[in-house]
Amino acid sequence: MSEWVKICAVSDLIADAGVPALFKDQAIALFYVNDQVYALSNYDPIGQANVMSRGIVGSIKGELVVASPLYKEHYSLSTGKCLEKPEVALTVYSVKVEGGDVWVS
Amino acid sequence: MKKKLVVVGNGMVGHAFLDKLVNSSAFSDYTVTVFGEEPRVAYDRVYLSSYFSGKTAEDLSLVPTGFYEANGIDIRLNEKVVAIDSAAQSITTASGISMTYDKLVLATGSYPFVPPIEGNNRDACLVYRTIEDLEAMKEAATRSKIGVVVGGGLLGLEAAKALVDLGLQTHVVEFAPRLMPVQLDNGGASMLRRKIEKLGVKIHTSKSTKIIEDGETARHKMVFADGESLETDVILFSAGIRPRDELAKQAGLAMGARGGIVINDQCQTSAAHVYAIGECALHGGMIYGLVAPGYAMAQVVVDHLNHKPAAFTGADMSTKLKLMGVDVASIGDPHGTDEAAKSYIYENGPQEVYKKLVVSADGKKLLGAVLVGDVDDYGNLLQLKLNDMDLPEHPDDLILPARAGTKPSFGPDSLPDSAQLCSCYDVSKGRIIQAIDEGATCLADVKNATKACTGCGGCTQLVTSVVNAELAKRGVEVSKAICEHFPYSRQELYHLVKVEGHKDFASLLHAHGEGHGCDICKPAVASILGSVWNAYAFDKKNIPLQDTNDRYLGNMQKDGSYSIIPRVPGGEITPDKLIVLGQVAKDYQLYTKINGGQRIVLFGAKLPDMPAIWKRLIDAGFESGQAYAKALRTVKSCVGSTWCRYGMLDSVKMAIDLENRYKGVRSPHKMKMGVSGCTRECAEAQAKDIGVIATENGWNLYVCGNGGMKPRHADLFAVDLDEATLFKYIDRFIMFYIQTAGRLERTATWLGNLEGGIDYLRQVVIEDSLGIGMHLEMQMQSLVNSYQCDWQQVVDDPEKAKLFYNFVNADEKDPEQLYVRERGQLRPATAQEKLESLAVELV
Repeated sequence: MSEWVKICAVSDLIADAGVPALFKDQAIALFYVNDQVYALSNYDPIGQANVMSRGIVGSIKGELVVASPLYKEHYSLSTGKCLEKPEVALTVYSVKVEGGDVWVS
Repeated sequence: MKKKLVVVGNGMVGHAFLDKLVNSSAFSDYTVTVFGEEPRVAYDRVYLSSYFSGKTAEDLSLVPTGFYEANGIDIRLNEKVVAIDSAAQSITTASGISMTYDKLVLATGSYPFVPPIEGNNRDACLVYRTIEDLEAMKEAATRSKIGVVVGGGLLGLEAAKALVDLGLQTHVVEFAPRLMPVQLDNGGASMLRRKIEKLGVKIHTSKSTKIIEDGETARHKMVFADGESLETDVILFSAGIRPRDELAKQAGLAMGARGGIVINDQCQTSAAHVYAIGECALHGGMIYGLVAPGYAMAQVVVDHLNHKPAAFTGADMSTKLKLMGVDVASIGDPHGTDEAAKSYIYENGPQEVYKKLVVSADGKKLLGAVLVGDVDDYGNLLQLKLNDMDLPEHPDDLILPARAGTKPSFGPDSLPDSAQLCSCYDVSKGRIIQAIDEGATCLADVKNATKACTGCGGCTQLVTSVVNAELAKRGVEVSKAICEHFPYSRQELYHLVKVEGHKDFASLLHAHGEGHGCDICKPAVASILGSVWNAYAFDKKNIPLQDTNDRYLGNMQKDGSYSIIPRVPGGEITPDKLIVLGQVAKDYQLYTKINGGQRIVLFGAKLPDMPAIWKRLIDAGFESGQAYAKALRTVKSCVGSTWCRYGMLDSVKMAIDLENRYKGVRSPHKMKMGVSGCTRECAEAQAKDIGVIATENGWNLYVCGNGGMKPRHADLFAVDLDEATLFKYIDRFIMFYIQTAGRLERTATWLGNLEGGIDYLRQVVIEDSLGIGMHLEMQMQSLVNSYQCDWQQVVDDPEKAKLFYNFVNADEKDPEQLYVRERGQLRPATAQEKLESLAVELV
């Protein structure tokens, strides 16, 4: 079990949108939807840039997704899988909220 | 060795032949030489009178610039062919050029018939066929008050419109007892006459002119056989056409007894290697004086050259047109020449509508029809006639107003695949279906693929219904639902937002949608909120709706950095401002380029630097250029009358005024404008959503042009406007576009999908047919009044500026943003360069 790192306060997040953060030396994206926080890799594997936190959050057939701001592929917030190209995925990180702070491991 | 193909004549049909030929495989077998007697390439003779309502000779041209050159066609203008030697297979021109041919196509057209009346060659006695004729008319009109058209047929009434547009008191003199004697019956003709006379044109029927002599109050006096007379300054003969067949006659080709070059079903003349097409050709004893049959003949010759079976077997002469603003249509035989035929007539005096049906003795088939004042039934009736379909039990239901009962409608499914829907471009229902099978998913796609509806536009309604029916069959959602979260089109959402007063996405989604929204509906709603309430993109509740470009007020580049584009209205910039731009670019190591919209772009700005960069620009007097937004981008201008030797008006000032008025207004897609100071059009205004071109008399307004993927020339919308009227029309145009366009629909596509097209748009904007003109102007004014610079608001508000960071929890650079120096500036490193560690990181 890897250690938990405190990233920021929940109040630093933007509801229904993403925020970029640094976890150890990795660029991650935090999404705050329906009072829940999701943490995924911020690196767009298709566009090859750290931009996922700037994508639009939404739902496709009930599944919460973020759309790449570069080429508009959709990635599941819970599994990281790309809906259009199943062979591509974002890394998903564990998240917890404690005392108004966001922790990632 | 290529064979030689010579074409004589470069009119509408001659050009149509070449246009079809270059798109066929036989084109590579021939070297093509074209001789035209006129000084210019083919132009639209059908809409000749629009020359007097603002169109230029260039507007009327049918030949895209460079078309002949690009296709390697040798075109010789001002070069009349004077002899054919069909045995030696050669031609000779007036200037003495001789040339042999393997195939010869005669498309020599026709000339206006001038009745043999004494005095018909007096000064200002003219004809109406070529642009030179128009110029002569224009000149004559400057020294005249009254004009007479001899001939009340289709062409005569077109010519009468030209005289009215030239400001002359206009008369029409017709030999027959009614107007348009070939196409109309007495009832239809008298309704047409009533409507035209209302426009101030005097009609004289059953008049045969005996002599034209000196007038007492005007230049000429026309004396009629009945002893009456009419004084006039200009006389325009439009009494029919005669085939230009003198060349063929000299060559010894077979001729009709009353002229015309005899052709067979393959359009070959009596010499098999010589074809004749269009108005010079005589097929089955008929000369076809309409353009559609000429196009059909051109297609037959192209097919024949391609060794494909094809035959011209006559053409339908049904026609629908607007004469002096009056809708008129005629189908088949409207006179009931077959004695057993029966007819139905509907006449509506107050609304000046006349309709007549001629049906067969057994009441089963349609033989002919006349429609005046309301031609909506034309499409249905024409299909009934062309496809020989059975009439409904009560044929008169077809022409009665819909309120009189259920109007029988012919679902598009009742038409056979062979049914010709568009006669201008000979597009069948089968061809439309093929286009849809090949991927067309809306009317605009079908138009692009088939050219249907792009000639006279008369078939638009019918084609739309076929397209919708076929799409529905394929399960393509004809429903315009924007995405899975809202069962509404963008236009419907716009109205819901406005009428129900939704101020944010959540409230609209709660009321009308489901799920969480997505990257389709969220930006669309954001844009609507912007258009309706001028909602600021950067309000916290709007941030999740925005595409990254709108969220960070810059255009994201491939490496996640942004571009900075300050507004440079009209492309005019002071040296001081230039220096500031240069200094900022230097300090932040931004790649600098001038873009296509006459603006300077600084590339490679990092998120955390953006507020500071903009602060410096705003302090120097710049403001946001909204290059990231679906909004007005730039107004391109030439330098205009202040410097240019040719400029008519100050195009730079106009561009600055336009840009300052409409900047920041959120629209369904980006909008571009252009202003040229004269018709040389250096600003390429006709490639813009809104183009403005200065003339001697004011400003001409063009709309719905486009560059980009599907270039489209803008349509001339209104001419000779003063500034106030120009802005009024543009206000209305933009607001109407914002309210009715689909998601990400540029004005060109929007117009393509707009039922009624440019004419309808003119009615709404210029004639205010919906009575919303004032309302549209007020809405625009309110948007203009509430304009704020997006970046000013960020710079002024530390809370907003704080949101520009690389990491919420660390003040570090993005490790992926690496750069390489090239031609003295930095550019993003490629993946390969990153691997090879060739990149330099930005300092």
